[in-house]
Amino acid sequence: MNEAAKNDSKNLLGFWIYIMTDCVLFASLFATFAVLRNNTFGGPTGAELFSLPFVLVETMLLLTSSFTCGLGLLAARQKEKTQVLGWFAVTFVLGLSFLTMELTEFNHLVNEGHSWTANGFLSSFFTLVGTHGLHITIGLLWMIVMMLQVAKRGLGRHTVRRLTLLSLFWHFLDIVWIFIFTIVYLTGAIQL
Amino acid sequence: MIKITKKQRPYTVGFISSAILTLTAYTLVVNTTFSGWALLYVILVLAVMQLAVQVLFFLHLGREEKPRWKLVSFLFAVMVVLIVVLGSLWIMTNLNYRHDHGGLPNETDEFIIHDEGIRQ
Repeated sequence: MNEAAKNDSKNLLGFWIYIMTDCVLFASLFATFAVLRNNTFGGPTGAELFSLPFVLVETMLLLTSSFTCGLGLLAARQKEKTQVLGWFAVTFVLGLSFLTMELTEFNHLVNEGHSWTANGFLSSFFTLVGTHGLHITIGLLWMIVMMLQVAKRGLGRHTVRRLTLLSLFWHFLDIVWIFIFTIVYLTGAIQL
Repeated sequence: MIKITKKQRPYTVGFISSAILTLTAYTLVVNTTFSGWALLYVILVLAVMQLAVQVLFFLHLGREEKPRWKLVSFLFAVMVVLIVVLGSLWIMTNLNYRHDHGGLPNETDEFIIHDEGIRQ
């Protein structure tokens, strides 16, 4: 391995370790949610508040964006500039649609009087799902920056390395969402 | 029709199997052919399967060269996550059990003594 490739692999490991610590952050939020999920203070439960078909569409949008992000990275490794811009644009649109749906849901809940101040269940729900949404927002901003870089400077070694980190981050956010979908939304609908 | 190249294959396999796993979990919960704890465990297993699929096909954890630092840090993170989540649930469920069975402290004592079969 030459010096440049060695540095890139160290760089990748560093970012990977950051992602692992982010997993621990999400774990503590999941634990909080799991503990507080029944503390509705007489208010409606998750089964009454959430629309499962709506959340399924959100899930599919994010999963597809994770897929197109991977294809974008492959195109970047093959130095296909137009394809990279195309795939990342698709990823961006899918991610933005996901975020819009999430904010629509939040807005709807707050307007109906089910905000984070209502009870422990909703506090932990908004913190967990909101933190994920914040990560998605940062990912989308990062994606804009990367698309500008690719458009302006082309696919140099550093740009491809940054795209690798971005797609790692994006795949990670989809993995976190699988658990939000399962533990918050699906589990909430099961009668125990 | 878009042709799938050899390098795109892992992503395509990961995408299709993730979609199938998500739809399976969704259908099971919506149709409620069975419910309760059994259904909860089934959808949790489906989520963990999807985690494995995405870690292998999207994050390519299986194709790392030695020394496998990414795998090591991943396994450590999994351990911490399990301790935090399961530990919190265990402690808080137990705490909840030891509180609030009736208005007075001795009523809770009576409940636990009875529930654990210490005195009939």
